Amino acid sequence: MQPLEQRDEVEMLSLMLLIRRFEERASQQYQAQKIGGFCHLYIGQEAVVTGAVAAIRPDDYVITAYRDHGHALARGTTANACMAELFGKETGCSRGLGGSMHFFDKKHHMYGGHAIVAAHVPLAVGLAFAIKYRDEDRVTLCFFGDGAINQGSFHEALNLAALYRLPIIFICENNLFAMGTSVKRSTSLKQIVDRAEGYDIPGEIVDGMNFREVRDKVAEVADSIRKESHPAFLEVRTYRYRGHSMSDPASYRTKEELEKYRLDDPIIRLRAQLTREGKLTNEQFDQLDKHAKETVLASVKFAEQSPELPVEKLYDYVYFNGAKA
Amino acid sequence: MREITYRQALNEALAEELERDPSVFLMGEEVAEYQGAYKVSAGLLQRFGPKRIIDTPISENGFAGLGIGAAMVGLRPIIEFMTFSFSLVAFDQVVNNAPNMFMMSGGQFNIPITFRGPNGPAHQLGATHSHATENFYASVPGLKVCTPATPRDAKGLLKTAVRDDNPVLVLEAELLYSSKGMVEPPDEELLIPLGKAEVKREGSDVTVICYAQTVSIALTVAARLEEEDISAEVVDLRSIKPLDEKAIYESVAKTHRVVIVEQDHPYCGVGAEICYRIQKTIFDELDAPILRVSQEDVPMPYNEDLEHAVLPNAQKLFAAVKKVCYA
Repeated sequence: MQPLEQRDEVEMLSLMLLIRRFEERASQQYQAQKIGGFCHLYIGQEAVVTGAVAAIRPDDYVITAYRDHGHALARGTTANACMAELFGKETGCSRGLGGSMHFFDKKHHMYGGHAIVAAHVPLAVGLAFAIKYRDEDRVTLCFFGDGAINQGSFHEALNLAALYRLPIIFICENNLFAMGTSVKRSTSLKQIVDRAEGYDIPGEIVDGMNFREVRDKVAEVADSIRKESHPAFLEVRTYRYRGHSMSDPASYRTKEELEKYRLDDPIIRLRAQLTREGKLTNEQFDQLDKHAKETVLASVKFAEQSPELPVEKLYDYVYFNGAKA
Repeated sequence: MREITYRQALNEALAEELERDPSVFLMGEEVAEYQGAYKVSAGLLQRFGPKRIIDTPISENGFAGLGIGAAMVGLRPIIEFMTFSFSLVAFDQVVNNAPNMFMMSGGQFNIPITFRGPNGPAHQLGATHSHATENFYASVPGLKVCTPATPRDAKGLLKTAVRDDNPVLVLEAELLYSSKGMVEPPDEELLIPLGKAEVKREGSDVTVICYAQTVSIALTVAARLEEEDISAEVVDLRSIKPLDEKAIYESVAKTHRVVIVEQDHPYCGVGAEICYRIQKTIFDELDAPILRVSQEDVPMPYNEDLEHAVLPNAQKLFAAVKKVCYA
């Protein structure tokens, strides 16, 4: 299977635009009360998952926490299936049964969407365990936020991964805040990456606002893992522009801080790099953005027009054989 | 048929399933080199190697989650808890991840995993090591829970659990590991379906519903009752979920009197659910109120006399049966 790193960077820029426009539209639809529950937006962090996914194969395993819309889109789940999931429709990527925090897509090796902080990190280690058990050369990418690194399950999972030398990259998307609690107020270490050292796992800090840096670092680590199975840890420094969830005005940080990061926007940055190198014109960029907006608008229409879930199906997904207990 | 111990029966079940299906592996604390804290996995490391019989650190939450992740991509893990009291450390994985995955992924990911180990009070282990967890877990949609009381049931239920495509908890019992019983020879496939009770003794005057460690109490009491001309039918549930309602109703329709003897606590216990279902479905068959014999509603004391006072026992069951028979 061809690694995605061969893929055109312009294509990856358009993926970042798709995620950005999808999240903006999701925000609007949430406010219009078309989307229920909790909704956590990925705006500002697009380069992390896009860069990481650009560096791995389509058959590698990806698993993440509840800020998962970008991860599903990056893996190849359609905007239609993502938006329909938010609308709770059967055409959604989890048949409307998971919601915003539980996006799954088996076909694209997207293993969720998990909403208990750090509870998916042991699951990720299990995915990696299965790779090694079957002597495959896949890699598991496990994404989580800076808020996950103080949970017991995170620590247990890192120890197990190191102990069994499993093929997994732990990707900490450090956006500086666990909900409203800054890393400074939650974590005893000066740098998150030092958590890895405690488990003898090699770790590095990556600029998460720079698509190319994320892609190249993940590619390098994945390559090393495929040669000889081992875990690795990347602290990817990024920033979310919005609050923790739709209900959070993010009053715990300053406008100045937000503006500083906005100037370092990952989409603007990749656009500038490509323009400078003569690989992208302004007209082409506008075309890409227009296309992203249209795709997302169409996904809203698709979600709206998808039929409601029949209540008769309530018991279909409790047990695999469909039987009531 | 030959006589073997409950421990040997479980060991045979593990070995047969490991032999049959290369996607099955056993993982837990001390399962490999130590040969199992209760020797249930004795000899398996030597036979199947360290790739499939895997020692873990003391990290219940971590390795329970590892098993669930491996099951998401089609492996069939058997996760041993040294005791189900320790499964409480992994409660989030067992309750939040294993049974929810199928629903929240819209049917894309079922979790074919077996969690097994001793459950329920043993002897003077104190409050933290004496939990009977069957009612906690049976209340979670998506989980299946079985409670073998004999070597034959232990072997047949464990083998079925490993082949089930859903998360199944096999709740064994420390005090039963050395008990003996007749089991089919190894060359004869023994699979006992989940959700099938077994009448362990036929009777006509009263139905005693029991499971796990309370089955032997029920059988002892039934023998004593015979001397007083009371014929007790002993129904061993074998599975708490799915529940064999049909077997319960058939027996109650015959005897019209019921005592439930359970090893968990009375509040929201297994017997409370069964009482509800009986009165809802076959109220007119009852000639007396249903009684329950369970643990007392207290954390388990260490003191032997007090522990004895907390547990269900033959004396308490005997009195309850006499009461429902107005004898």
